Amino acid sequence: MNGMSLIVKRVTRYTVGLILLYGLYIVLHGHLTPGGGFAGGVIIALSFIHFVLAFGREEARKSVPERLLFLGESLGAIFFLAIGLLGITAGFFFLNFIAGAGTPFRLFSAGTIPFCNIAIGIKVGTGLFSIFIALSVFKLAREEGKK
Amino acid sequence: MMNLLVIFVALPLFAAFALPVIGRLLRRGFDILSVIVTASLSACALYIIFNPPVFPLVYSMGSWQAPFGITWLLDPLSAFMLIAVNVITFFVTVYSVNYMEQYTGKWKYYCLLMLMLAGLNGVVLSADIFNLYVFLEIVAISSYALVAFGTEAEEVEASFKYMILGSIASAFILIGIGFLYAKTSTLNMFDMADALSKSALNSRLLIFVSALFITGFGLKSALVPFHAWLPDAHPSAPAPISAMLSGLVIKTIGIYALARIFFNVFGINSVTSELLLALGGVSMFVGVILAIGQWDFKRLLAYHSISQIGYVVCGIALGTPLGIAGGIFHLLNHSVFKSLLFLNAGSVEYATGTRDLKKSGNLQESMPHTSWTSLVASLSIAGVPPFCGFWSKLVIIIALFQANRPFYAALAILVGLITLGSFLKIQKYVFYRKIKEKFLRIKEAPVFMRLSMMGLAVLCLVIGIFFKPFFGKIIMPAAETLRAGREYFIMILGG
Amino acid sequence: MIIFIMDIALFLTGFYALLMKRNLIKKVIGFGIMEYAVNLFLILVGYRKGAEAPILSGKITDVLFVDPLPQALILTSIVIGLGVTALMVALCIRLYQRYGTFDIAEIRRLRG
Repeated sequence: MNGMSLIVKRVTRYTVGLILLYGLYIVLHGHLTPGGGFAGGVIIALSFIHFVLAFGREEARKSVPERLLFLGESLGAIFFLAIGLLGITAGFFFLNFIAGAGTPFRLFSAGTIPFCNIAIGIKVGTGLFSIFIALSVFKLAREEGKK
Repeated sequence: MMNLLVIFVALPLFAAFALPVIGRLLRRGFDILSVIVTASLSACALYIIFNPPVFPLVYSMGSWQAPFGITWLLDPLSAFMLIAVNVITFFVTVYSVNYMEQYTGKWKYYCLLMLMLAGLNGVVLSADIFNLYVFLEIVAISSYALVAFGTEAEEVEASFKYMILGSIASAFILIGIGFLYAKTSTLNMFDMADALSKSALNSRLLIFVSALFITGFGLKSALVPFHAWLPDAHPSAPAPISAMLSGLVIKTIGIYALARIFFNVFGINSVTSELLLALGGVSMFVGVILAIGQWDFKRLLAYHSISQIGYVVCGIALGTPLGIAGGIFHLLNHSVFKSLLFLNAGSVEYATGTRDLKKSGNLQESMPHTSWTSLVASLSIAGVPPFCGFWSKLVIIIALFQANRPFYAALAILVGLITLGSFLKIQKYVFYRKIKEKFLRIKEAPVFMRLSMMGLAVLCLVIGIFFKPFFGKIIMPAAETLRAGREYFIMILGG
Repeated sequence: MIIFIMDIALFLTGFYALLMKRNLIKKVIGFGIMEYAVNLFLILVGYRKGAEAPILSGKITDVLFVDPLPQALILTSIVIGLGVTALMVALCIRLYQRYGTFDIAEIRRLRG
């Protein structure tokens, strides 16, 4: 899969970082503004896909190794489950056991919810990017099969 | 004890995501880890049955009480379904240690199987209607992926057909949930039963939602006329997945969810009962008639699944205590012997490479374990004493006579006789026939496949022989929770 | 009331495309439209006349909010729809590899 023209590559160099930052902002402020883990994760995945579309798969493979994607998916889910299981120490599964430790409407409040958002954001971001890579690999195999 | 309930969903989910990371460290690490997880879950389920807590046990997630939070319910019916799900998944996992060597990417299979197990446990335990829908979707998505696991042409086609019909069913169920939420403004099943009992019983909204749910859940459980996906999906899947699909999935997300919602939340009335009885009767008959002309081993078993699910729905739709008990007992028995039959078919396919009845023969000498367990399962499904199938079919037929429906009882007896004939045909063609060109070098199945098949056959025999205490202590309390209907859930809300 | 009828029309459009169209990709698009129609129906259930978005901000306290529970429900439902759509598209690609066509009338090896 080849990249696009020089102008696209030049602009992408700036916008990838901005999109990633925006996605991280939505993930982290999930308990204050609409969004949260899933929506922020989708935007993080979009930044990776933007990179692959502009530069081509070979270039992207050097920057984002596949081991990292794999690890990100599994660790995101395990982290989320671990937060839930830690709630048992205070009584119930998924209990919000550090609620009330901050002041409302600030960034450091609402207990375990920001951690859950971060875990979901990592998992969804890497997961959607893996789906995109997997689907585009099929296209490659079919084109090579025809030739 | 309360926190033990969480293990049933959290442990398989944890295993599904940790398996690719941790399992690579050991040699055959995936197999060992999956078998340990399913064995410990079966031990937990058996512990709950033999040391029962005070039923009903209500577990609120994150200590948000009903009606604000998500609650889980453990009552005799849930405990019974937990045993069925976990024990049969344990046997299927042991079987697939050897069987899935034919496929590449075995760790992906184990991840999907653990996800399916987490979803099945969640459906059985959940007492919140949207939570039930989410776990139902987890089971459905992992089963779509598992049916297409071999990625040959026929498997992918069967999985696509299954996926389209399954997603239509899920859309209908979600619309039904939306209507119920609009009417009762709560999602908790206890609260919903309470709110629905205060309004008119036969209002038009309730009839519409009942129709949506019968379509949706009936499609998931392959009642006729929604059975079109089953004869394609079950044969094309790998054999342990066919056993899981036919033995557990269509029962848990189809019949258990249908029974739970229709008995405990809506309250069964005579119109719904007649409709479900008619659908069950048609399923019994159509399944067995279509199975007569089949020469593919697994496709024949899939059609027989439709017919036996018709038995279960007939039993449960009666609404009398004996009828519900017979239906639930047949549900467990069918899980056991149908899984065993599909595992046998897989073993025959593993050894000979074909599923066609006309091409195989004389396997009695070269595969004695498969042959004897297949004989046990065939006698069980045909209803021959002292195996387990005889007792459950007898209870259903007696309940049909008692409820004054001789037509359905005669239909059940006729279908039983045709089933017996069909399975004698399988036994003759696959195991006992002498054919001219013998299969050379047919070996018996590998050790784990043999162990799991023998374990299931022993279970068939044990349930059949120790029928009386099993029925009295486990089945009758489970049937009582369904028969008590809406009042049971209203009582839980109050107490 | 009129918006519910439009929502049902959207659902029936998606349902028609899912069942009647012969191309596999059009079936996937029809499933997507059907999914959106069901999610829209769930949100419409929670609407209250003349109400605000249900976000607390610490300053205004005495305002009517729409029902936030269906919005949480459709977040879950959108994720499930995403998973099913991804799986469907992957299966379409595999079907094209095996059969060479996207036409569902030619993909009929399983009979009986």
